[in-house]
Amino acid sequence: MTRDDRTDEVWAALGRVTDPEIDESVTSLEFVTRVEVGAANQVSIDFRLPTYWCAPNFAFLMASDMRDAVEELPWVGKVSIELLDHFSAALINRSVALKQDFRDAFPGETDGDLTQIRRTFLGKSFQRRQELLIRHLLQIRVEASWLIRATLRDLKQLSLDQEGVSLRDLYLFAWRRIHSSTNQDQLAFTTVDRGPLNLDGLKEYLRLITGVRRTAEFNGLVCSSLLIARKGNFPLPENIV
Amino acid sequence: MFTTKSGEKIFVIDAHVHLWDGSAENQRNIHGKQFIDCFYDYHKLSPKEYIWPFEKYQKYTDADFEKDVFGEGYADMAIFNPQYLGDFYYHGFSNVERNEKFRQKHPDRIIANGWWDPRNGEPGLDQLEKDVEKYKWPGVKLYTAEWKGESKGWKLSDPWAYRYLEKSRELGIKNIHVHKGPTITPLNKDAFDVGDIDDAASSFPDLNFIVEHVGLPRLSDFTFIAAQEKNVFAGLSVAIALIHSRPRYFTEIISELLFWLGPDRILFGSDYALWVPKWIIDKFMALELPEDVAAEIGQQLTLETKRKILGENAARLYNIDIAQRSQQLGLVAATKSKTAGERMAVA
Repeated sequence: MTRDDRTDEVWAALGRVTDPEIDESVTSLEFVTRVEVGAANQVSIDFRLPTYWCAPNFAFLMASDMRDAVEELPWVGKVSIELLDHFSAALINRSVALKQDFRDAFPGETDGDLTQIRRTFLGKSFQRRQELLIRHLLQIRVEASWLIRATLRDLKQLSLDQEGVSLRDLYLFAWRRIHSSTNQDQLAFTTVDRGPLNLDGLKEYLRLITGVRRTAEFNGLVCSSLLIARKGNFPLPENIV
Repeated sequence: MFTTKSGEKIFVIDAHVHLWDGSAENQRNIHGKQFIDCFYDYHKLSPKEYIWPFEKYQKYTDADFEKDVFGEGYADMAIFNPQYLGDFYYHGFSNVERNEKFRQKHPDRIIANGWWDPRNGEPGLDQLEKDVEKYKWPGVKLYTAEWKGESKGWKLSDPWAYRYLEKSRELGIKNIHVHKGPTITPLNKDAFDVGDIDDAASSFPDLNFIVEHVGLPRLSDFTFIAAQEKNVFAGLSVAIALIHSRPRYFTEIISELLFWLGPDRILFGSDYALWVPKWIIDKFMALELPEDVAAEIGQQLTLETKRKILGENAARLYNIDIAQRSQQLGLVAATKSKTAGERMAVA
């Protein structure tokens, strides 16, 4: 494998790491600014967030997820991740290198590790992907009464076009992270607390999770706009949407 | 006063403005520099003809304010919601003395709110009493993500915050503006949580809680809370600045707010000088919800709704009689303002 191939593999691995709040990959959000594979397959990665003030817990999550994703590649030597231009960059970089817990990075300033935050945002990611899939299915005339009773097996067997398949894949990935078992007879569409949906409340439920998706998208827009401004590509492109 | 093409007059209250000093002379440390730098990046969400040079953006004059807000910006009145940031700036990012001087220059047009910080403990409560006696603040702006020494933030549900809320009530401060927007705190419990608003709003049902920047980036969490608490309001600043670069997304955001809060609990704010109000109001007045968005929430962004958001809702919170004030400011003939007065009475 050439060095270029290895660099590509690192980029691909980073592409699977998401910003928890926005539910998009750190590469498509253009947070990662540099990937280099050096001697002894050492990998160094730089990343930059839209502001100096971006929440450090999310920065920490992303940095440690990036480290873990790249370390999974079989050929990789030492991995170093560097967050640039951030008020807590030094603390985060050191702590991620030492594989410390978030609590150790900010002693006395936090009231727990990041497990709960991770869980909260996994839930939001699940809701967001579910809403997109449900809307797609309703649009292609899948019956709502089928939806609320469909099992995981039913959903997988449903014949879909390319867009549908991609939405289903994204949803199933989130589904597996929320539901611990993989029993195919379980309901495919549940609330984030794994409760069933009901037909009468479906419309209201969809409105609720629509807000979750819009919030994530809105945050993504603000972040990308700020990142463009921060990079100095100025002014912003007019009326993109 | 904004006048529509068909001649309708709209009384405008810009419910979130600043006179700030982010200049190098006022910066205490690197954080002060980074803070104004970051604000300037936000400023670049403006249409390009409205982007200021950085030097002006760091520190602008009273005359700039008068021209941008009262002159070109359609605002008949404006509300200062100061941001102290004493750990970053020697004389505060906003300075309540300067705000008060400016208010005295425009007593019918400026409402100057103050601030408090529960981490100032007992002495801070005494100070608040003195401040209110001196400045007659009708509201305060709270910044829960503000750094203070070792502390990187606080919550409205903290026991000391309750003491300050009780004191506010006692002193007649009715409107509690809370910055719940992009945060600068590393506290993981704060970084995604607008839950303390819920707590405080239930415990102080006679106070109004205006959540500035609609809780971004936690908009959906905010709307769930606001749907339940009738004394929680949405401050539109920051969110509304997206109306230029991402108009479609802004319609989705405003539709979320209309759906969960209704038209009576949304307040316009430009957050001047982050952005000047003129282009925001021009675009907001021209905005229509796309058909699919309107159908989904079962309402339109009507002229009546815009009128509420741009002025009437803030007027209600600050006991401003729009009819009377319009005459006082020499804005309208008596007959027109009477209509506005009747509308206020109904609202």
